[in-house]
Amino acid sequence: MTLLENKSSNIPAPREITTKPRFSDKVFRGVVTAGGLSSLAILGLILIYLTYQGYDVLKSQGFSFITGSAWNVFTDDAGNIDYTQTKFGIAAMLIGTILCATIAVLIAVPISVLTALYLSFYAPSGIRKFLVAVIDLMAAFPSVLFGIWGFFVLMPSAEYWGKLLHKFFGFLPFFNMQVPVFTRSPFVAGVVLAIMIIPIVTSISREIFGQTPLDRIQAAYALGATRWAMIKAVVIPYGRSGVVGGAMLGLGRAMGETVAVYTVLNIVYQINWQVLLGAGGNVASMILLKFGEAGPGEIKALMAAGLVLFILTLIVNSIADLIVKSSGGKGR
Amino acid sequence: MSTLIAPPQPRKPWVATPKQRLSSVGIYLASALVSYLLVAVTPMKGKLAYFAIFFFASLIIDFVRSYMQRGIASAKDAVARGFVSVGMTLAVFPIFSILFQVVKRGYKGLSFGLFTHDMSLTSPSDPIANGGLIHAISGTFILVAIALIVAMPIGILTAIYLTEIRGKFAKPIKFLVQAMSGVPSIVAGLFILSAYVYPVTGALSGFAGSLALMILMIPTIARTSEEVLLLIPPDLREAGVALGGTQWRTVALVVVPAAKSGLVTALILGIARVAGETAPLVLLTGGGEKVNSNPFSGPMGSLPMYIWKCFGQGSEQSIARAWTGILVLLVIVLALFTMARFLSERKVSK
Repeated sequence: MTLLENKSSNIPAPREITTKPRFSDKVFRGVVTAGGLSSLAILGLILIYLTYQGYDVLKSQGFSFITGSAWNVFTDDAGNIDYTQTKFGIAAMLIGTILCATIAVLIAVPISVLTALYLSFYAPSGIRKFLVAVIDLMAAFPSVLFGIWGFFVLMPSAEYWGKLLHKFFGFLPFFNMQVPVFTRSPFVAGVVLAIMIIPIVTSISREIFGQTPLDRIQAAYALGATRWAMIKAVVIPYGRSGVVGGAMLGLGRAMGETVAVYTVLNIVYQINWQVLLGAGGNVASMILLKFGEAGPGEIKALMAAGLVLFILTLIVNSIADLIVKSSGGKGR
Repeated sequence: MSTLIAPPQPRKPWVATPKQRLSSVGIYLASALVSYLLVAVTPMKGKLAYFAIFFFASLIIDFVRSYMQRGIASAKDAVARGFVSVGMTLAVFPIFSILFQVVKRGYKGLSFGLFTHDMSLTSPSDPIANGGLIHAISGTFILVAIALIVAMPIGILTAIYLTEIRGKFAKPIKFLVQAMSGVPSIVAGLFILSAYVYPVTGALSGFAGSLALMILMIPTIARTSEEVLLLIPPDLREAGVALGGTQWRTVALVVVPAAKSGLVTALILGIARVAGETAPLVLLTGGGEKVNSNPFSGPMGSLPMYIWKCFGQGSEQSIARAWTGILVLLVIVLALFTMARFLSERKVSK
């Protein structure tokens, strides 16, 4: 009896086991979370500061900032902006931005999808490695390089293509034009932007195509499908929505591009739907163009224009991101 | 007596036979001939005509051949193959055109003096041998270095949050990082202008440019680092915790060292992303012509800004300077990119 009692006193007290993090882990988690939330902070600050700076302009112009297309600055003697007469409107620039970006996407998406198909299903592995590296490299080319190359090398060719389009498809309303000025048109800018967004659309399409379930591909081959029949029956239904997302991502990039568009586009303050005419607009390039000569009041208007561009690209990118993420797992 | 049975030759039915190869070459030759003849006879002229006619001719000939040999499905396959090859050519052609043109137009301006002189005593119409871009190279180096110092911890911490902590903000943060990568560079410039330059300093400086570059750099670093950290096997983390390490020690002493070369790749890609960024620098740095080693005061030159200015001046010599500047910038970007690829390939093989 006594022996047992002695033993029981030797049994260690029950331990408390907890998943509570230690102090060092708490600090670590705090620091990492703060770092992670910085992207939220930066995006929020961009929104707040641009709104704050552009508030006067947005308040005085109201909706006509987006719907109007006049940009006339009147200042009083002290150099302040006279808001009763001054008109700020970026409709022409907004339409130009969307127009150039749409042209770019229309040109780039077919080329990118075909390239992605080639890389995923046609290329021998050596060539594939090389081409993937080359296309990734192209994504890292600076935009000023595209701009200057576009201006000196591509523009003569692109103008010629514009002339051909006008000659053979001039009956279509947007290829029609009254004054034959082909230089520095939205079409040329669209071609340059298309070349700039090909790498990103290609790499997203390639990623999506690469996720196609191998069993379905092999099932199609086993049923006697040719390569094209397999692509049509398996790859395209599977990857369609991902490609749409990639195209939207490209659209977002094309809308925010500044320097390359600035060099090849003739920025004119009027709404122009004729894509071959040498007069277009682009919000980002307009900001760069006006910035050099702008007074403090006009800079506020540029901030407001930047805010509109920021929100526009944010919306397009978010939709694209959601589409890309939700794609996959579908198809027949 | 035994008869020797010759072992069967190994066959490779998937490799094209000489006859098939010959017919493919024949198709290309025939298409080339057709395009040559049509350009000579009809009013269609120029490189575009050669290219288009060659494409359609080879498409039609290939279609007919496949149809006669193996039926309509095979013929459709041939047409698809033709289109896919053309798409690939169209995507790759501009890259080689850019590389070729940059080298062709830029190499003339290369000289040793480029790396010892700045542009403070050179006017736009001076011969190209005058002046140099040491101010631009040093400026780009300083701008990118400061941006990297700020962006590196933020980017890598974001990636660690997404892969190691996976807290309740993980999804929104992933979404925001993606959204941030789409912020137009000019908007980043305007933001720094409104949040730093006007309220704080009142003058343009190199540091303002660095801040804008930082905003553009963070998403690239964060996303690449996240991918790299996801590749680290969970066994390593579990082993670290099983040995009694806290999460902090596991991440700092096991996970991050294991991902080291991948994280360096992420940083290099971040540098390559912003090294050629022009628009925010035009707004923020002022673009000096002299070497300026103080990022907090005075205008600071940079390579993209140098190219931009030379292009804007428009004289023959300054355009040549712009191309030379592009060549230097491109070589830097290419070197960074090759380095990143080399490092990431090593990571995979280990």
